[in-house]
Amino acid sequence: MGVDLDRLSFGIDGTMIVRDISASMQTGSVTGLLGPNGAGKSTLLRLVAGIDRADAGTASLDGVAIGSLPRREAARRIALLEQNASPSVELTVLDVVLLGRIPHRTTLMGSFGGDDDRAVAFDALNAVGAASLADRSWHTLSGGQQQRVQIARAMAQRPSLLLLDEPTNHLDVSAQLSLLGQVRELGVTAIMALHDLNLAAAYCDHILLLDGGLLVASGTPTEVLTPEIIGAVYGVDCFILEHPRGGHPVIVYSAASSKGNS
Amino acid sequence: MTRRNYVGWVVAASITLVVGCGVAVTIGPAAVSLAQVAGSIGAHLGLSTEPVPLLIDSIVWQLRLPRVLTAALVGAGLALSGAVMQSVTRNPLADPYLLGLSSGASVGAVCVVILGIGIILPAAAFAGALLALVATLSIAKVGGTITPVRAVLAGLAIAQLAGALTSFIIFWAAKGDSYREILNWLLGSVAGATWESVAIAGTAVAVVGTGILLSATRLDAFAFGDTSAASLGINVNRTRWGLLGAVALLTGAMVAVSGSIGFVGLVLPHLVRGISGPGHRRLLPLTAVCGALFLVVADTLARTVFDPRELPVGIITAFIGVPVFIVLIKRKKSRLWA
Repeated sequence: MGVDLDRLSFGIDGTMIVRDISASMQTGSVTGLLGPNGAGKSTLLRLVAGIDRADAGTASLDGVAIGSLPRREAARRIALLEQNASPSVELTVLDVVLLGRIPHRTTLMGSFGGDDDRAVAFDALNAVGAASLADRSWHTLSGGQQQRVQIARAMAQRPSLLLLDEPTNHLDVSAQLSLLGQVRELGVTAIMALHDLNLAAAYCDHILLLDGGLLVASGTPTEVLTPEIIGAVYGVDCFILEHPRGGHPVIVYSAASSKGNS
Repeated sequence: MTRRNYVGWVVAASITLVVGCGVAVTIGPAAVSLAQVAGSIGAHLGLSTEPVPLLIDSIVWQLRLPRVLTAALVGAGLALSGAVMQSVTRNPLADPYLLGLSSGASVGAVCVVILGIGIILPAAAFAGALLALVATLSIAKVGGTITPVRAVLAGLAIAQLAGALTSFIIFWAAKGDSYREILNWLLGSVAGATWESVAIAGTAVAVVGTGILLSATRLDAFAFGDTSAASLGINVNRTRWGLLGAVALLTGAMVAVSGSIGFVGLVLPHLVRGISGPGHRRLLPLTAVCGALFLVVADTLARTVFDPRELPVGIITAFIGVPVFIVLIKRKKSRLWA
């Protein structure tokens, strides 16, 4: 059980963006999706979310092919956090979290945001420690608070799979650490695209490394994050140390050489 | 706001609308009392009420009531269309005429009024609006897909072209009274409203409006854009184009009976959002009621302020709408338009 990708491929206008990717992730695990810009991370997340339909292959969640689910049914099982999303109208934090209840509503029922929806929304806000923000306007929040609220919105969907596209973008160090700690504490199966290899090493059980749409390495952080693999994919020199407390790998980069500027 | 407060607003606005319509019918050159209005309406609905003098009855039933009801329905339809347009295109400046609808309708109208083409004005205006919509969408369609931005740009192009065509026909062929008549129509007016207008506007508002209200939750899902809507289980393309089609039909019907009345569809949704919040299940019903009330008041002003002369109601809506819009822009509280 968990998530299974079976020879997943997707292209736009004949250009393959994701090619032949197979992998499986266990229920409750946190998987880091790594790779250079344009490696296909966001596209892979959209395929797994069921937003785009794969040209070939299948992604399945707990044995059910995601592509065969109706949109709303998929949204009840899978939540996606986009990069840098911003609303076009003024919303309060509670409004944003309540958006997560949309897949669970029918057209006529609960027409004013029923009590159940509010309870679920507050549970989700509590889970990320943001209940005190409920009445704040979205536009007045810091970047870290906005991401936290987005996670609450995703949790209000009651998903069995949480997908995050670069959730730590534009956050300061402390906000990055607390956000990823939060994701781990939720206990839900999560796949997140990340740029920071050290964050991935510290917070992920499993790493998928993409390059040019292909899966080039997969395994635990210790297995994937080696100087050879990082050098081949990112074109940088680095050393690997062991974290004095966590025991996970710590990547230390050499000063940029000319081949690192690509 | 709490649910009770919201329901209070809707009830208060609805009562004000009904009373306002009644009062608006009493206002005019001939003195009519509220009791006579009620009596006339009651008699026509087959209720046994106090008999009303024949002249008063025909003023109420033939002249003023259809006009007031048309104003209310057009106001509701335009405000509703504007709210949907703003959400679907994620553009706070969107109004019901965004896709060239009113300009297309104007071409249809000048063809009838000035060139004397022998079909009724509402039919010509509606046909013009739909033609403009088809033209806009076929320009916006590139490689099988239509994006909102391309649709807005194509709408702008069609609006300019149709506007030039309208001016050309007026400049070339208009004489005498047809000048005044077409200007009246272009600025928007419900002066000539009949029970036929009420039927056209009423059917459109009832049928399309219901469909739009049932889509309220789906509209909420667009707050963070297309990907977010899709991840919340919305079929983005079907929803967007279904709603744009609905708005086009609704606006086309409104333009057909009243010309292009500006500012109702742009300003009212913003104003109501300040009361109801952004959720569409609250926003849409209150917007419709407030739009109706606004246009009833504006039309009453249009026919009384310079009595015995009448202004096209579009001038009044602009005179009221622009200052309101400026206040909205200058609100310090708003971080959105910062």
